[in-house]
Amino acid sequence: MSGNHPGLSNNFSRSGVKFSWSKDNLKSIKNIISKYPKGREQSAVMPLLYLAQEQNHNWISIECIETIAETLSMPKIRVTEVASFYSMYNTRPVGENLVQICRTSPCWLRGSNKITNTICKATKCEINDTSEDNKFTVVEVECLGACSNGPMIQINNDFFEDLDEDSTKKIIDNIKEGKPNIIGSQKGRRSSENA
Amino acid sequence: MVLKKVGGAQKMLNTKDKVFQNLHGFEEPFIEGALQRGSWSNTKEILSKNQNDIIELVKSSQLRGRGGAGFSTGLKWSFMPKDTGKQHYLVVNADESEPGTCKDREIIRNDPHTLVEGCLIASYAIQASKCYIYIRGEYHYEYVQLEKAIEEAYNRGYIGKNACGSGFDFDLYVHRGAGAYICGEETALLESLEGKKGQPRLKPPFPAGVGLYGMPTTINNVESIAVVPTILRRGPDWFKSIGVENNTGTKIFCISGNVNKPCTVEEEMGIPLKELVEKHCHGVEGGWDNLKAIVPGGSSTPMLPKNVCESVLMNFDDLKANGSGLGTAGVIVVNKNNDIAEVIERFAHFYKHESCGQCTPCREGTGWMHRMMQRLVRGEISPEQIELLENVTKQVEGHTICALGDAAAWPIQGLIKNFKSELISKYNKKLKAS
Repeated sequence: MSGNHPGLSNNFSRSGVKFSWSKDNLKSIKNIISKYPKGREQSAVMPLLYLAQEQNHNWISIECIETIAETLSMPKIRVTEVASFYSMYNTRPVGENLVQICRTSPCWLRGSNKITNTICKATKCEINDTSEDNKFTVVEVECLGACSNGPMIQINNDFFEDLDEDSTKKIIDNIKEGKPNIIGSQKGRRSSENA
Repeated sequence: MVLKKVGGAQKMLNTKDKVFQNLHGFEEPFIEGALQRGSWSNTKEILSKNQNDIIELVKSSQLRGRGGAGFSTGLKWSFMPKDTGKQHYLVVNADESEPGTCKDREIIRNDPHTLVEGCLIASYAIQASKCYIYIRGEYHYEYVQLEKAIEEAYNRGYIGKNACGSGFDFDLYVHRGAGAYICGEETALLESLEGKKGQPRLKPPFPAGVGLYGMPTTINNVESIAVVPTILRRGPDWFKSIGVENNTGTKIFCISGNVNKPCTVEEEMGIPLKELVEKHCHGVEGGWDNLKAIVPGGSSTPMLPKNVCESVLMNFDDLKANGSGLGTAGVIVVNKNNDIAEVIERFAHFYKHESCGQCTPCREGTGWMHRMMQRLVRGEISPEQIELLENVTKQVEGHTICALGDAAAWPIQGLIKNFKSELISKYNKKLKAS
């Protein structure tokens, strides 16, 4: 089902700490709810899940779900349903850097398997694992929509495109060493122009 | 089908005829650049036209939806009820997730004002004072770009109360998806916007009658909406002068896979496939003779064998006549160095992962078809079982609420249709080896 990454299972768990919205997020929530008609506050459940995930170190705990349900006056099960249906809500803790490798045919034709191997080696993670130092979680995902720039990966919000083994290793190494990375094409393309 | 005029065969699309002048982001994507490119130049004048007239103009341009189905955009708008007193909605589908497709991404991040202006004009035409753009969650950077463009448009009074001084009040919002391909299906998208799981609705009722929050709604693809301002500015006749009857205008193609230079390019609708690959992508890796097959319109469209690729035109009707479709124009090129069966096996994995689980033929069928495809890649299914697989694809196709079941079935049917003997010899080889 459309649900989560194979390894980020649908079994929600408790973090053990009550989740309450930060001051900034309380402000954002007002804004978000105002985008939808009165009586249709449920529409805000997806943006609120994103907010909660961001505040909760990149995963959704049962406590997050309880708080969202309360904020939007929705049954908890409806929030849970949404959180488990969409793959971008992490239902278990993930590492600081969530590395998503596109495995679908256009990227595969250009060598995504090699990229996967390189990443697993460089992060010392198997697919669906989190590294011991909690720096990386590595998953394989379906098409991320940058096919003319394959093979590509997404790390947290950033796309890294036109990869080969060397540039991939460099990206991971830079993260380990706290150095900045160039986002987007690793072969100097502006976007997906013919070059 | 005989198409008298061969589109674009001799020359590339003239730069001045390109709708998206900043497709690759070499210029400023925001308001200053957009104004230079002609966006917002006479929007007030366009909005002074009668709503029906705008719909008629779009209809007469023969613009067909760019999201995959290729339905007339103007005709779709004309299905919206008039003067109901209800809230109408325009919903823009930016949930671009079809493998092989990355065109809307370039519009949104590099030329977002074409989309924002298109939303205003289209909403005016269908009497919708509110519009939601549903953008796929992974496009975070694109989302940020789009939000900025919208803010600019609000600040300048192009949208919001009395948009462009036209007297029309218009609000535009962005809603982020969260990684579900199925939400590109229009009714699943509406469910998702309403804060539910993205499971498609039964039709009828159609969204034009009962759509978002039960109100009349039109859902259009990003590219369909973003070309509208230019069509109205330059006139439907200009748009029709590109391409051939019923397959008009320019089109963004995304080429990926085994080509020397994969790229996204705006070209004349109906450019020959071979020319697209040779001219814009510098050919197939290993040369044209190393070509195995091409998937012409995103993962759902059946593949074309090399002999068809020689002459087929990249438009709705010619691809249909050749047993495939234009779909989203995501062209995936496969050469002989790769196992064509594994290309399709990976598509099957994709559809299994993305099935929403609502209809049994799709939920069970996509899993079963994927397992069979895995065995097929290993050469473990016999000729009889290949026939069984083909038979099952036909039982999934057409037996589900939405088209995801069909989309999962077609690539496998295309594989078996074109490469059956190869699949059988794979089996025989494996048999001998054991």
